[in-house]
Amino acid sequence: MELTRRDVLAALAAVSAGCASPEDATGDGLDDERTLVALAEVLYPATVEGVGEFVRRYSLARVEGRSAYRAGMADALMELDEHAETFHDAPFAELSRDERDTALRELRLHETDPDPEGAARERVRYYLVNELLFALYSTPTGGELVGTPNPPGHPGGTATYRGERR
Amino acid sequence: MNRAPSERVDCCVVGAGPAGALVAERLASAGRDVVVLEAGPRFDSAEREERMETYLRPTNPDIEVWEMGGPRDAYASSGRFYPLNATRVKGVGGSTLHWQGMVMRLHEEDFNLASETGLGVDWPIDYSDLRPYYAEAESALGVAGAVDNPFAPPREEPFPMPAFPPSKSDAVFAEACEAAGITTHSVPNARNSKGYDGRSACVGYGTCSPVCPSGAKYDATTTIADAEEAGARVMSEVPVQRLEHDDAGERVTGAVYATPEGDEFTQEAREFVLACGGVETPRLLLLSDSSRFPDGLANSSGAVGRYFMDHLFAGMGGRVAAETNQHEIGFITTESHQFYDRPDDSRGAIKLEFLNYAGPSPVGAALTDGEWGDELAERVREAYGNHVAMGGLVEQLPRAENRVRLHPTKTDNRGNPVPEIVWSLGEKTRRTIERANELQRSVFDELGVEPEWVTGPEDTGPAAHHMGTTRMGADPAESVVDAELRTHDLSNLSIASSSVFPTAGAMNPTLTIAALALKCADHVETRL
Repeated sequence: MELTRRDVLAALAAVSAGCASPEDATGDGLDDERTLVALAEVLYPATVEGVGEFVRRYSLARVEGRSAYRAGMADALMELDEHAETFHDAPFAELSRDERDTALRELRLHETDPDPEGAARERVRYYLVNELLFALYSTPTGGELVGTPNPPGHPGGTATYRGERR
Repeated sequence: MNRAPSERVDCCVVGAGPAGALVAERLASAGRDVVVLEAGPRFDSAEREERMETYLRPTNPDIEVWEMGGPRDAYASSGRFYPLNATRVKGVGGSTLHWQGMVMRLHEEDFNLASETGLGVDWPIDYSDLRPYYAEAESALGVAGAVDNPFAPPREEPFPMPAFPPSKSDAVFAEACEAAGITTHSVPNARNSKGYDGRSACVGYGTCSPVCPSGAKYDATTTIADAEEAGARVMSEVPVQRLEHDDAGERVTGAVYATPEGDEFTQEAREFVLACGGVETPRLLLLSDSSRFPDGLANSSGAVGRYFMDHLFAGMGGRVAAETNQHEIGFITTESHQFYDRPDDSRGAIKLEFLNYAGPSPVGAALTDGEWGDELAERVREAYGNHVAMGGLVEQLPRAENRVRLHPTKTDNRGNPVPEIVWSLGEKTRRTIERANELQRSVFDELGVEPEWVTGPEDTGPAAHHMGTTRMGADPAESVVDAELRTHDLSNLSIASSSVFPTAGAMNPTLTIAALALKCADHVETRL
């Protein structure tokens, strides 16, 4: 199942990013998109394709014009990398998929509630994990993974609720 | 922003929710000088998608979507807990900003409940008095509906828009309802099934309550915009602190309001209309006590704040062996009003609903599960997809002990006593909830589904419909306002709100609020 430009636009529609379309996102992006993509590759099901492009376009547009949010994400990415460097001797993006999964569990992110102003792992959960999961599961591709082409947050019209599928 | 009072005002309206907006629009369109004083802010419509994210990412309590809570909105609850701030929004548009948008007319029996069943009290008006205003309200709000409801009261014309068709899960229920002897029908929604009044058709965000990013769901910002276009002045963030009256105690002379800058002004006017809901309206009257009115303004009956009512939720849900496409819209498309009218005095009204948002949503499940990757997708797939649920509204009868009063010690950010909600369920309400559960159980039995959850008398909650606290009536000793919505005690003070409902019925109240507001505006205009 491939994440497409439609999914990027849908994800952005769900969150009203600061720019009109992903193509409009210029500058002021994240310095460490590589880490974010590496994280998404673990968070998203293995069958999802196009993760890198989706995350880059989505996340760039998401932080455009939102300096506080961008700072929160950048800080959380740094926390994630610090953990990887400390316990795995390499940046997060250079770990294998299994090692990345292990690193997330070492941080206990699977049992951490998100909090944008909380402890480091709570901020990682909020700015990175929930951010990326929200992006996926509010898009048609993410919805179709679990049984709906029109998940809440996606303006997918009023046909599917009646059982009509594309 | 200039928040100084206006000169030579015909009518001062307190509250910019649907009632206040409709009164203001009607009077301004008639050429009257109108000022609306709203306690909450004017929200930027461009921020609605961000508010939707606040709702969808469950880190945030629902009350944060519209910035409720905090010292401004402090309250107290006695008896059964009442989650006040989850049931209202302060701001231009009022609680229609977070409402679901269900708009049914009350039944004829509702207006003569005591006469016909021995329950509650009669209203001082009949359905026929409100009928033309209902039609106008449906046009003003933009209602999508169909005339397929055999239990509905008589109406004179089609709905402004066609109804939304039944959902896939409605079809799952249809056969079971037929076998259980329950007749179903469409639902009137204040939500565009096609373009209407400059707003688009619903595009299926699925988050109607608490926020519609597209504007397809009616909210009162639309009417406020019309009122301003017609010349009304709407001030936000100006909570009214008290009303002042003349020496004779016959007329209100001014509404004293605070500003964010710390100033306090008095808006004078010839007529005043309170439209600040079933909690803040009685609170304001109680806060406006004086030596002439030591128990609060317009309270010679002692009924101000008394007879607080809400609708109670009764429901159950489970899973079927079929996809049910839940959460693809955020509203209801099928109901049954078959059990609405009461057979006698044994129970109150029941409205049965078939939900289109049963079980967890994909985003909700994904963000709360804790897992990720393939395992998360599998678990979300398992959590989502085949849920069904029935809900229902149950009538609460008026009881004097259920009330809104001023808390003796707790104050808000401006030092005013907070509202204390004193609320409990009577035995008849409990029995009505049990009856609703019995009806729902009969449908689930026909479906062959064992409910996974049941909401009954013990764990029921309010439907966010504040009613009854300045009841309408013919007798000044028993009621606060008369059939023209004017207070018995003060000749230029009216109330447009569900606070005037003498009984609650079991229909969502906003269409009746709107109809009464239009009626109120006509009476004010006549006096002006």
